[in-house]
Amino acid sequence: MTAVVDLMDYAEVVERYDPVLGLEVHVELSTKTKMFCGCPNLFGGEPNTHVCPTCLGLPGALPVVNGRAVESAIRIGLALNCEIAEWCRFARKNYFYPDMPKNFQTSQYDEPIAFNGHLDVVLDDGEVVRVDIERAHMEEDTGKSLHVGGATGRIHGAEHSLLDYNRAGVPLIEIVTKPIVGMGERAPEVARAYVAALRDLLRAMDVSDVRMDQGSLRCDANVSLMPKGTSEFGTRTETKNVNSLRSVERAVRYEMTRQAAVLASGGTVTQETRHFQEADGSTSAGRTKETAEDYRYFPEPDLVPIAPSREWVEELRATIPELPWERRKRIQAEWNLTDEELRDLVNTGAADLVAATVDAGAEPGEARSWWVQYLTQQANTRDVELADLAITPVHVARVIELVKSGELTNKLAREVVQGVLAGEGEPDEVVANRGLKVVSDDSALLTAVDEALAAQPDVAEKIRGGKVQAAGAIVGAVMKATKGQADAKRVRELILERVGA
Amino acid sequence: MTDLTRLTASELAAKIHKQEITSVEATKAHLDRIAEVDGAVNAFLHVDTEGALAAARKVDGDLAEGREPVSPIAGVPLALKDVLTTKGVPTTCGSKTLENWLPPYDATVTRRLREAGVVILGKTNMDEFAMGSSTENSAYGPTRNPWDRERIPGGSGGGSSASLAAFEAPLAIGTDTGGSIRQPAAVTGTVGVKPTYGGVSRYGLVAFSSSLDQAGPCARSVLDAALLHEVIAGHDPMDSTSIDAPVPPVVTAARAGLKGDLTGVKVGVVAEFSGEGYQPGVQRSFEAAVAQLKDLGAEVVEVSCPNFTYALPAYYLIAPSECSSNLARFDAMRYGLRVADDGTHSAEEVMSLTREAGFGAEVKRRIMLGTYALSSGYYDAYYGSAQKVRTLITRDFSAAFEKVDVLVSPTTPTTAFKIGERVDDPLAMYLADLCTIPANLAGNAAMSVPSGLSDEDGLPVGLQIMAPALADDRLYRVGAAYEVARGPLLDRIPELKGVSA
Ligand SMILES: [Zn+2]
Repeated sequence: MTAVVDLMDYAEVVERYDPVLGLEVHVELSTKTKMFCGCPNLFGGEPNTHVCPTCLGLPGALPVVNGRAVESAIRIGLALNCEIAEWCRFARKNYFYPDMPKNFQTSQYDEPIAFNGHLDVVLDDGEVVRVDIERAHMEEDTGKSLHVGGATGRIHGAEHSLLDYNRAGVPLIEIVTKPIVGMGERAPEVARAYVAALRDLLRAMDVSDVRMDQGSLRCDANVSLMPKGTSEFGTRTETKNVNSLRSVERAVRYEMTRQAAVLASGGTVTQETRHFQEADGSTSAGRTKETAEDYRYFPEPDLVPIAPSREWVEELRATIPELPWERRKRIQAEWNLTDEELRDLVNTGAADLVAATVDAGAEPGEARSWWVQYLTQQANTRDVELADLAITPVHVARVIELVKSGELTNKLAREVVQGVLAGEGEPDEVVANRGLKVVSDDSALLTAVDEALAAQPDVAEKIRGGKVQAAGAIVGAVMKATKGQADAKRVRELILERVGA
Repeated sequence: MTDLTRLTASELAAKIHKQEITSVEATKAHLDRIAEVDGAVNAFLHVDTEGALAAARKVDGDLAEGREPVSPIAGVPLALKDVLTTKGVPTTCGSKTLENWLPPYDATVTRRLREAGVVILGKTNMDEFAMGSSTENSAYGPTRNPWDRERIPGGSGGGSSASLAAFEAPLAIGTDTGGSIRQPAAVTGTVGVKPTYGGVSRYGLVAFSSSLDQAGPCARSVLDAALLHEVIAGHDPMDSTSIDAPVPPVVTAARAGLKGDLTGVKVGVVAEFSGEGYQPGVQRSFEAAVAQLKDLGAEVVEVSCPNFTYALPAYYLIAPSECSSNLARFDAMRYGLRVADDGTHSAEEVMSLTREAGFGAEVKRRIMLGTYALSSGYYDAYYGSAQKVRTLITRDFSAAFEKVDVLVSPTTPTTAFKIGERVDDPLAMYLADLCTIPANLAGNAAMSVPSGLSDEDGLPVGLQIMAPALADDRLYRVGAAYEVARGPLLDRIPELKGVSA
């Protein structure tokens, strides 16, 4: 495992070679049920509890297509500016593997539901790169294997293997790019930005959880190099299941430096799948493609062709929400942000969240301040992405509303947000359960004011004598007595009323 | 007292529903008959005595309480081909690989039979995974033809047809991929119908070739077949290829046919299905049948279907291709046979050794043929060409049905051959399905009805009637009319009583 691998210095790589990328992204759809049966489509669960004859591939069982999954596939295709097939079929991809119940995967082959599209990707410095989409097709996920014993955690050399078919048959959309060329030194960044843009898009469309850490969005990165000045693609490798945005960038960069070293020393790149090592950012060889199987694709005879009517496609086109980058353009104009301010918003992952918070009724300034300051801090403390915090834009908008109406102070609002983050429910529930409402009942406040004035008669005298700023001491005492749940402004008014100043 | 095993299903049903006899008595009579003669016939792989009696008691109980029978054949016993799943009752498909498998679910056909109060006596023998024309490919020994126990009962559904001819059951279910209902019916002197593809649900029918497989009724009379047809047919949301249309009025058509008048019906004789390779006695029986159809008032013309000649080779590319994929699931991982799991073999080796041990020679031959036909580089020449032939055959049928209402031919070119005669000559074996395959490739409906005995060997001959898709009722009208004109036949089956195994 620790064989020394020659790597070329990155600056030299991009001086001598042009990288070619191809990205295959698998997205698990968040439909209620699986692709071809009625089993629940849920992450996790006791092993082998979300299964039935169909997704276990029992003899005689048959698939029935999940209409919602087809709908999501078409919507994704439309959002990626693809053409939608007027007629397409499923196909069987035949190969043996224990976590695949039928030993064939029901997928699509030469008749994908969506094809010929593109996605505009914004890089960190604002440059826009258009990534061409080859196709987006529907298929089913496999089960999961756990190989016990052996050094590699793979099936070869394992003492035994455990199989969980809960994931078998979960709907997947595979989105394949055309070769991405001409990116030079920015290739790794483009790869990351593309996957990030795709993730944001799918999240905005609410078709998938797009959790890379849970495998609901998985990226395979194909990388090859060609010497500068040539145009024939080199031999590529495919790095499988790279499961974070950062890893996508690292994996592409690593493969570029590794392949360049191989080529520069007169060697040839082996066409193979490679595995990404999260720990050191390297990739290691998997099976070679020369011995890879012939999948013997043929049209799936158990399913009828899918022929989405043009009317349906147009109906679905109308359901595509404002896309993340369009929204960004709009908010930049509406909020009068500089390019830099917008980029900061985007880079912290806050832009869409702020926009959604504004959509939910909050003022842009307030929304920005919550997400960029307090919540970004909270995400950092917890070491999660901002979007993965357990609070939604709707929650934040509600908190802002409660502050605006005077029901919460800023300090109380932060406590409410803490409660929401801790899973105590919606903001209003947290307010009720933690008893955090501002005391706005004047009679309750008056009692506290009178008590505070009686306790400090000298201060009361000063106020009465015109030293209005002395009221601060009384305000502090009242706030202390009401555990901070009073509106300080109102307390001050009551004090002045009481002393007749 | 009447021998209940000699009655037709409609006669038995009438007696049971009038409560002249009980379903339990009818069931016991057939179970006794099975106990007495099946050692010599080997039609059953499993007899479900308890399940059958429980179902019969339920029907009797309901009738005793004054409820209407749940179907016209409620209480009538039936033999079910062992390729349809039965919850908790062994389903082997005639294969070692499923020797101890207990399905956790009922096929839709099984469920419909149960809901109709039909009493399932047990599961019938068959060629392994329905691949064969003689039932000699069963892992559990051949079934013998009650007309001559040295001869084959046809296949793959030899057990179902033999059970009818041996008076072990008045009704049976078969499945027909290339003739597996009709050819056994022909050589046992019984009636068998392959409904329109999609007319009967395939859910729970262990797939051989998904685009060709179709379950259908087997009986000793055309009317009985119609009564059973109506029970099992109809749209099933669990099978995507199931047709969402009303079931053709087959019982009404059979009753109309029994009046013996075919005036106005145009019958086409398929020119390609005669001459060399056709046993003279079969040819004479067929010609006599055609003459009788004329006597009944039908107009008879000769029709050419030139592409039918290519049906057999096309079938032997399509069916093995689909089977190579369908049978991939038998890999020892989730159910069925598992060999070599001794801690010294890898999962891949266990899969391979289990398949080696679990499948018979014919199944292996077809898996290899299909794997080859789908391989990259061969797909277009083999699978692709066969699909084109399929289209041409469908066009031949369409053209023919513009001129005639039904087509007729011999069901199979010869009478029952001797057990062992063709086992070493697969091509000779495959010829048994020469005339039946076109209807599977085109998906239309076809029936075999006995046309008496061959004058040279005294063995049954079948008349095949073919109708357009969704016009299954035409088969029943013509078949029932012909059956009346032909006169009784089954009283000439040799007596099996007292035989020993
Ligand atoms: Zn399922």
